[in-house]
Amino acid sequence: MRQSELKTLSLLAIAFATTVFSCKPKNVSTTTSGDAAEKVYVAPGKYDEFYNFVSGGFSGQMTVYGIPSGRLFKVIPVFSVDPEKGYGYSEETKPMLNTSHGFVPWDDLHHIALSETDGIHDGRWAFANGNNTPRLARVDMKTFRTAEILEIPNSAGNHSSPFITENSEYVIAGTRFAVPMPDTDTDVPINTYKDNFKATISLISVDKESGKMNIAFQILLPGVDFDLARAGKGKSHGWFFVSCYNTERANTLLEVNSAKNDKDFIMAVNWKKAEEYVKAGKGIKKSVNYAHNTYDEHTHSATSVMEKEVIMLDPKDCPDMIYFMPCPKNPHGCDTDPTGEYIVGSGKLAAVIPVFSFTKMLDAIDKKTFEGNYAGIPVLKYDAVLHGEVKKPGLGPLHTEFDANGNAYTSMFVSSEVVKWRVSDLQVLDRVPTYYSVGHLSVPGGPTKKPWGKYLIAYNKITKDRYLPTGPELCQSAQLYDISGDKMKMILDFPTIGEPHYAEAIPADMVSKNSVKFFKIEESKHPYVTMGEKEAKVERKGNEVHVYMTAIRSHLTPDNIEGVKLGDIVYFHVTNLEQDWDVPHGFAIKGANNAELLVMPGETQTLAWKPEKVGVYPIYCTDFCSALHQEMQGYIRISAPNKNVPLQFSTGTNQPKFEEDKF
Amino acid sequence: MKSIKNVTFKTMVVLSAIITFYACGNSEQKTTEANDSKKVEKEAEEVQAADEKKGVGKFTHVDISPTLDKQMADAGKKIYDVKCSACHRLTDEKLVGPGWKDVTKKRTAEWIMNFATNPDEMLDTDAIAQGLLEECLVRMPNQGLTDDDARHVYEFMRENDGVK
Repeated sequence: MRQSELKTLSLLAIAFATTVFSCKPKNVSTTTSGDAAEKVYVAPGKYDEFYNFVSGGFSGQMTVYGIPSGRLFKVIPVFSVDPEKGYGYSEETKPMLNTSHGFVPWDDLHHIALSETDGIHDGRWAFANGNNTPRLARVDMKTFRTAEILEIPNSAGNHSSPFITENSEYVIAGTRFAVPMPDTDTDVPINTYKDNFKATISLISVDKESGKMNIAFQILLPGVDFDLARAGKGKSHGWFFVSCYNTERANTLLEVNSAKNDKDFIMAVNWKKAEEYVKAGKGIKKSVNYAHNTYDEHTHSATSVMEKEVIMLDPKDCPDMIYFMPCPKNPHGCDTDPTGEYIVGSGKLAAVIPVFSFTKMLDAIDKKTFEGNYAGIPVLKYDAVLHGEVKKPGLGPLHTEFDANGNAYTSMFVSSEVVKWRVSDLQVLDRVPTYYSVGHLSVPGGPTKKPWGKYLIAYNKITKDRYLPTGPELCQSAQLYDISGDKMKMILDFPTIGEPHYAEAIPADMVSKNSVKFFKIEESKHPYVTMGEKEAKVERKGNEVHVYMTAIRSHLTPDNIEGVKLGDIVYFHVTNLEQDWDVPHGFAIKGANNAELLVMPGETQTLAWKPEKVGVYPIYCTDFCSALHQEMQGYIRISAPNKNVPLQFSTGTNQPKFEEDKF
Repeated sequence: MKSIKNVTFKTMVVLSAIITFYACGNSEQKTTEANDSKKVEKEAEEVQAADEKKGVGKFTHVDISPTLDKQMADAGKKIYDVKCSACHRLTDEKLVGPGWKDVTKKRTAEWIMNFATNPDEMLDTDAIAQGLLEECLVRMPNQGLTDDDARHVYEFMRENDGVK
């Protein structure tokens, strides 16, 4: 939730406080049904039905929960460093967080898009956007690790992202902040916004085999704020729909100044047409600078490459590519139903939910039923493209998900509820409270052509009195509803990490069967791999000391190292020799100014350490690995540079010299 | 996150370190079995080559030539260096696991190859394997050996035991 949006909505919230509180059920028993416990109970040792990939919001990470239990399985480090896993600290992972601004150790992860084939989840990749320093990440669902991070140039505030087309042809990245484009004068007064600030959307192609991302092209657009987006599907495949606010193009006090127009827009982008224009050479090559970071599971290392060029399309050179559909009022969510016919725009400040018809839109384009243009782009007539409005749905509609039975579920931020309505006749069917201030919703498969249904998860911004207090900062939360019947039933609350924005849920067996168990040591292409204890060694290269170390239950080799001098930089390249599931080894050294390593079986990871004082430093395994885990330890000695200690290393042989004499 | 199976095994290892009797986790019956394993193992050592114990796994009969297949043994040594040497010496010295000297005289080829490729089930059901766990307190890890790898490592063990 953006700050400005939050404020505006808070004002509304106060205005309607009476209503809200009078609706608030007195206790939990009035909102959960008697069989709730049974529905969410996953017995010890049993698996959940769905994986839920959830944005970690301002934690910068992605989290993975089980549904219906609400159990947290994993926090996947994406845009933020994670000392627990050594992510962003190990030499191998540092390049993942490289950008044109240098190493950026944090971001604000908002939305998840799971890869699709034929409009249905295929269980391969989870994409996520970084909202602050514009980035797009791809998580590999086989390893549950970040495989790629792509910086987006000509962008600021990558909020309208990473929504995906039905065969994962493209992931979209749209700017929330219009900015002066880098190839123009960027040092301009802020109040020249209308003249100098531009917005862009980027279409990022996804390689069918490897998943590798590439900025196929960008489209230069007037300086509105893009909020959310959805790809068309089925009949509307080939189009993207993007919600736009601040069509007033205000540069200050947006909560007032961007709320002046009765209607903003849903922007319809014909991306197949755009592809044709790119092929026909209508794009202009723009000189840019952005980081493209990829993690290779064979070298167990990331590389960061600075890319220098993008292709930019300008709508003035590309007719019939972009249209605006008027949408009341500061639209947020923009969601397409499973058939691809209906586009739901959620005007946060509107009293209705407009639903647009794709067929009508094509017809209106065909007949040129325009009410005018906006910065040269045709604006279609509202009535000509409207399927209808959901009347009196609630207050502050934000996001809509769908089930397989023609129903839509819209979150109401201000009135803290979920409203179920029928897409065909726009009748409200049911409403159920959330606790409190719900943002995004997730129905398993909800954004695809084939919703798996059964559950709806609401992600709330505020929890107030719902959990044991934890000081001034309270947890954010998710709430689980059973939507298998006519009435929605709340069956579980569970806290989340960071502020949860969008999430997607996918049947567990589509993912679990592909899970990587370990990396085959003989296939390692890491330049510093140690293929067996025999290869363990310590090498000096000038003032760099490279330790080729192995870890196996339960010793490190070498575990006694001497002859390292103050002023040296020590690189511990730790290879985990285990070849079995669930046997990571950790590695830590006293006083290191970074973090631990957590090394998966068959993997090599490197910790760089610059000792600051002479002495003997303990090293040890941090991840309880066996009954003798506490014994998995050793020492490295750091000597004064002028002291002539030869470089030596060993495991098990560095015994006291005159042992017999002592007894 | 830990897989359930392995949490159990980690717990088991810890428990076994504290109370040997409960090392196998489940019932008294199993505990007795584990104790018996020591006896079985001694017997096995006595009978040596005549041992019929083949363990649990896919190897029920392995043809062994009286002479060494040097090529297989060399392939086995390469695997040993990467995947086994961290825990097993070639002498009779126990490191993490037992030293390998004379292992081919104490155990059948089938037992060794089953243990190498199927350690979890062996440790759950095979009395000799359980006896060894009581001594070593670290579960033999699954090092992802293929069937051929296991055969090659066995040949290397034979070379180590003096077969020409």
